[in-house]
Amino acid sequence: MKWFKKDKKTDEDKKESVTRGLLIFAHPTTVIAVEEVLRDEGYDIRVVSPPPQYRTGCDLSVEFPLSEEATITGMLKTIGLAPMDVMPITSKGMEPLRFIRKKDFGDYLMVRAANMKITVDKRTKVIVNISGGGCPDVPHLATEMLGKRLRDAPNPGEIGFSLCAYSLNTAREEIIRLIGG
Amino acid sequence: MLLLAGAVPVDKLPLIIGKIELTDQGIKIEGNDLNINRGFEAMATSAYLTCMEFGAEAPHGLIAGDIGKRDGSEKVYEYLSDNLPTLGVSVLTLHYIMPDLKRNKKILESIASMENKPFMIADAGSMYVAKTGGDAGCYDIFTPDLGEVAFLADEKADHPTYTRGFIFHMENNVPELIRMAYAAKNVPRTIFVKGETDYICQDGEILKAIDQPCVDAMEPIGGTGDLITGMISGLVSAGKPAAEACMIAGHANRIAGMLTKPTPATQVQDILKHLPEALREAAKIVAG
Repeated sequence: MKWFKKDKKTDEDKKESVTRGLLIFAHPTTVIAVEEVLRDEGYDIRVVSPPPQYRTGCDLSVEFPLSEEATITGMLKTIGLAPMDVMPITSKGMEPLRFIRKKDFGDYLMVRAANMKITVDKRTKVIVNISGGGCPDVPHLATEMLGKRLRDAPNPGEIGFSLCAYSLNTAREEIIRLIGG
Repeated sequence: MLLLAGAVPVDKLPLIIGKIELTDQGIKIEGNDLNINRGFEAMATSAYLTCMEFGAEAPHGLIAGDIGKRDGSEKVYEYLSDNLPTLGVSVLTLHYIMPDLKRNKKILESIASMENKPFMIADAGSMYVAKTGGDAGCYDIFTPDLGEVAFLADEKADHPTYTRGFIFHMENNVPELIRMAYAAKNVPRTIFVKGETDYICQDGEILKAIDQPCVDAMEPIGGTGDLITGMISGLVSAGKPAAEACMIAGHANRIAGMLTKPTPATQVQDILKHLPEALREAAKIVAG
């Protein structure tokens, strides 16, 4: 009867898996704002890659408890962050890399998240270089952020649009945690 | 003709195609000054200087403004897929662009229809979309950095941001990442891996590892990778084989860095000033 037991387990897995849904957005950086809002509200969410039909090659979505769909989408709509689509999910998406590497150059500190690096003068907290990335908002972000103190520079999660901006924001948050803004 | 294509961070700049000129502040295409000195502009300046140094015709640029909203990237994709067969391009370098799997495949379809296919170099977003679409084999050279070669080694990641942690932690073993990237068919014949040690690879083998001169402060400087892609483009356009072009570019980048005497706050335009001298020196080293 082993086979019967296995089938039962699969059914349970399936039942469990459809309790989660995905919020799909046009830009990865919208997800940063949504993530912050939903975490502050105490929802059990994950930021993950969307399913293949929504992939362009630079995408991010939010996995959430499907039972909260009406409340969450209603709240997001009122604050201007309505998703472009909502769907149930049956498999887990990949999560963005949150690992950080840092390199100390004496007066300067460089932090890297995925493919994005940010370097700051430790004495003045001024951003002196931004490197890496491949999406076109990266040179734009560099233009907007270079030469500014960490606390004065725009947040790449707010003015960027891509996964590179998402990673740059991860690196920026870490460097602020390490040396302050 | 060497055509350099990509998005530039100027919101709403329309699509422009034309010969690249060098100015005191940056580059100019069809009367449009681009003085950003990073990303596409740094790559194009490097390619221009290399072409001049090695006697090749000045490169052409195909650009459109895009600060991440996809508008300019879409124009570049569409222009290329509609017009590439009639442009007379022998070397095509694709650079910063919002990844768009469907539109990139249309460009590749257009290239597949050409009798004389261009030599294809990809970096930045163009390399991401090529890998994620499973199309790396349609290209000739990729120029990843350390974070990007981990992405190329990860058959499941759609973007460097999704590189799985256990692969990200393999960065102290770059030869293994290179082996994995070739095994997964996520890279073209030739790759230049930029890092503390640069690796020039062809057909799965590491042909050359370059680690001297070692200028530690080059790593944080935004745009140094763009210079390498630009030099390789110019050298291939001047008739150098892929591996030799990569070797000259690898040495020249380090020599230019050494001549600049940079700090982590140095900007890439300071390094660009030393590129012609560095290229001459590097060509002598590679010629033996």
